[in-house]
Formats: sequence, C-alpha cells, structure tokens
Amino acid sequence: MDVSYLLFILMLSVFLGFELINKVPATLHTPLMSGANAISGITVVGAIALAGSGNADLAQWLGAGAVALASINVVGGYMVTDRMLGFFKKKEG
Amino acid sequence: MNLEVIIQLGYVVAAGLFIFGLKMLGSPDTARKGNGTSAIGMLVAIVAALLDQGIVQYEYILGGMAVGGIIGAVAARTVAMTSMPEMVALFNGVGGAASGLVGVAALSIADGSFTYITIVLSILIGGVTFTGSLVAYGKLSETIGSGAVTFAGQKFVNGLIVLGILGSAAMFVMDPTNTNMLYAVVGLSLLFGIMVVIPIGGADMPVVISLLNSYSGLAACAAGFAVDNNVLIVAGSLVGASGIILTQIMCKAMNRSLSNVLFSGFASVSTTVTEVEGEIKPISVEDAYYVLEAATNVAIIPGYGMAVAQAQHVVKELMELLEANGCEVNYGIHPVAGRMPGHMNVLLAEADVPYDQLLEMDDINPRMESVDVAIVIGANDVVNPAAREVESSPIYGMPVINVADARTVFVLKRSMASGFAGIENPLFYKDNARMLFGDAKESIGGLVREFS
Repeated sequence: MDVSYLLFILMLSVFLGFELINKVPATLHTPLMSGANAISGITVVGAIALAGSGNADLAQWLGAGAVALASINVVGGYMVTDRMLGFFKKKEG
Repeated sequence: MNLEVIIQLGYVVAAGLFIFGLKMLGSPDTARKGNGTSAIGMLVAIVAALLDQGIVQYEYILGGMAVGGIIGAVAARTVAMTSMPEMVALFNGVGGAASGLVGVAALSIADGSFTYITIVLSILIGGVTFTGSLVAYGKLSETIGSGAVTFAGQKFVNGLIVLGILGSAAMFVMDPTNTNMLYAVVGLSLLFGIMVVIPIGGADMPVVISLLNSYSGLAACAAGFAVDNNVLIVAGSLVGASGIILTQIMCKAMNRSLSNVLFSGFASVSTTVTEVEGEIKPISVEDAYYVLEAATNVAIIPGYGMAVAQAQHVVKELMELLEANGCEVNYGIHPVAGRMPGHMNVLLAEADVPYDQLLEMDDINPRMESVDVAIVIGANDVVNPAAREVESSPIYGMPVINVADARTVFVLKRSMASGFAGIENPLFYKDNARMLFGDAKESIGGLVREFS
C-alpha cells in the first residue's frame, strides 16, 4: 500500500485516540489500560498471515509464536477487563 | 465482490468497533458493553485475517491461538485485583514481544527500504516493551527490589546503547542481507528496555506502566506498517494515544515532567531535611470509634497500603456501619494512589463500593472543610501537606488531597517509616491529626467490632 496513505491513517487515528481517551474518567483508568492492552493484541492479525504461509520455515514458527503471545493479550485482556468492569456498580436507590 | 474486498471491509468494521468500544469506556454505565464491543471488533478482525488466501496451513495458527488463549484465560480468571498492576505489566510485555516477533517474521516477505525501516522499528519498540515490562513486573511483584537502580555513567552507557541501535539499524536497512546487524538490533533493544526501567523507583511505577502500555500499542502500529495492514495501524495508534494520555495524567498528578521521571531516580533528590514542629498524637481504636460515632461526614483516602493490607473489604464494612449511623461517606482518590492509574477504584469496586462515592481529588478537596473525619489508609505522599507548604520539599507543587482541612484526620499506619518517596510528612504532626498505628485491616476491623 502507498506509504503516504498509511501515514495518513496513522495521523488520523492518533488524533481520534487522544479525543476518545481524554473523556475516560479516572475511575476507569485501570480497565481502560487492560482493555487497551487487549486491543494491542491486534498484532495477532499480522501474525496469522505469517504463521499460515505453509513454508515450514523459521518465519512460520516465529509467526506461530507471535500468534500465541498476541492471543494471551487478546483473550486475557478482554476477560480481565470484563471481570473488573463487572465490579463497578452504582449506589442502589 | 472478491475476497480481498471482504477482508478489507472486515478490517474497517473492526476498527469502527474498537473506536465505539473505547468511546463507551468513557462512562461506567456503558463501559462493560464497550469492552464487549471492542472484543467483537477483535473477533471480526481475526476472522477476516483467517480468510486470507495466502494462508495454506492452519495448524500453526490454531495451535498458537489455543496455547495463548488458554494461558490468557487462566491468568485473567485467577489474578487477584491487588495484583492488577503486575498483570498489566506482563500483558504489555507480551504484546510488545508479539509485535517484535511479527517484525522479525515479516523479513521473509519484506522488500523496499521503507518496509525494512518499519520492521526495525517494530523489533526495536517491541523489544524495549518486552524487557522493560518484565523489569516493571519484577519491581511491582517485588521479586526484584522496587527501588531505583542507578550507577555512575548510566546516561553515558544508555547513550552508547542508543547509538549502537541507530548504527546497527541503519546498516541493516542499507544491507538487509547482513543479519548480524539485525541480531545486534534485537539484542540492544532488549538490553535498552532493561536499562530504561531499572532507574525508576517504586513510586513512579504508574508512569512506567502507562508508558509501556503506550509502547505496546506503538509496537503493534509499527508491525502494521511492516506487514502493510491498516487495522494494526489504527488499533495500535489508539492504544499508543491512550497510554500517552495516561502517562501525561500521572506526570501531572506528581508535578513532574516525563523526562524527570524517566531520567532521574526520585530518591536522589530527597535529601533535604524538613523541619517539622509539633508532636505525634496516637489514638486507640476505642477513642477513634467515639469520634467516628459522632461524625456526620467522613472521607476515606486510600493508598497502596490499603491494597497491601487487603483492607478494602473491611473498609466497606465500616462504610456501611457509618452510613447506617446516618453519616455521609465518600472516598477521595488521588490519581497516583496505588501502583497503576485507577488501581484504588478497581479494588474498592471489587469490595462493592459504588463508584459514585469514589471522588477524584479535585472534587473532594473543596468539600474537605465540611468533613468531620478524614481517614487516611495506607497513603502518605498523596496527602502530604509539604507539597503545598514546604518549598524545599522534593514533592513541592505536587497536587495533594488536603486532608488537614478536615476537622479531624485519622492516619492508619504501620509505623512511623516514611512513604515510598522517603519524605517526612508534616501531616502527622498537625494539631488535628491522630495516628492509629497497626495493620490497617486489623485497625478497621477493630472499629467495625466497636460499632456492632
């Protein structure tokens, strides 16, 4: 893909990220962090193509390792965030 | 419609769901749904990636997913809320390592200097995030000392490492067949991650975790450039931005610049002796009970000590008894209380304290004058009036919770040892301050027994 096009996406999503996160209240900062952590597991998408190349070479093994590590992030991150957010309750009545 | 278009549309949907998910994380009412939305986005992205026709063999992928998924699920289910900072540090490191590996693996399909540059970047950021997070994990879990490790010539050594990274990275990009230079980049990045985090002391950990969180996102972003995938770039930069904002908030809450946190051990400046007048006035649990029984407005200020003593559940019991007694109870949470941003809020939420009773520093401070009793549990520096009154204090200028404005202050403390920053706290000598010595959990438990 065109480099300038990728950089364009980068710039817009950084700005969007700043706008979105600035509105998160302090009480949710820990879940925000672990939730963001889960999102950074998106690397799994890049790793999948490399792990499925069928070349049975070093790159494929590295890709499989990356899939495993990123899956820890994705599964662990979303689950622990959900567990934490389940605790947050408003005062009844 | 061909498959490639469907895959790309899947990525667009995924990016949209991530953005919606983060937006919903902005309020406690919708946060859980927001996390679910973001998880669905991830599922869409993964399914789209699996549709790729370049994939001819699924065993490696599914094997990796199964191994990682099980480890992640077990960790997420079993971790105690008090250990969340360690857990997040470890997850940051794992994310960084994954992006670094993607970078290395992407070498097999790379062509063009721009791709090589982004590959080097993802290895560099991923490597630093990985070892940096491991050191942060060690410090947080106290498997290694949590203090700042500094030595003579540290800046010089770090400078050499940076030069080495730049040099070997440049040589590798110019001649990608020279794999020795690649190994040098990998090794030096891993070393640099350790060197960056060791000089940072325990009290500054919230900043470090936030920063490493940001790096793990940036590493994913760099890996996105390396494999030409825009959903990685979007998601990675969202995480990068989130980590940077949290880092800024933490630095502001400590009135320090990021470079000050990163490059100077806190302990090295705290040699000034503050002259403190007055005397320490201890109080017994029984006397504390009489004061609390008459109080109509109580503020509780928790710190890391509450987490260490596992006192959050018994604090909630005390809160219920006070409320049954017709007393208003609020919590004042300092942004850097605990070992990561929002740590106290999660602990108290787990103990069933409603989140609308958890007030931020700027909300509780104006109310402090109408508070009868402020109870400080295992917090020290975040309530230190020296930050406002003593210009020579190393924490002068740091915003603190003004507990001294309350009619009475109870300070629950193990002993007279100073806080993480090693700074004398004049609060303990104020006329309206009373020290309740002992383990926080036992002291509060004693108060609960007096009430019932």
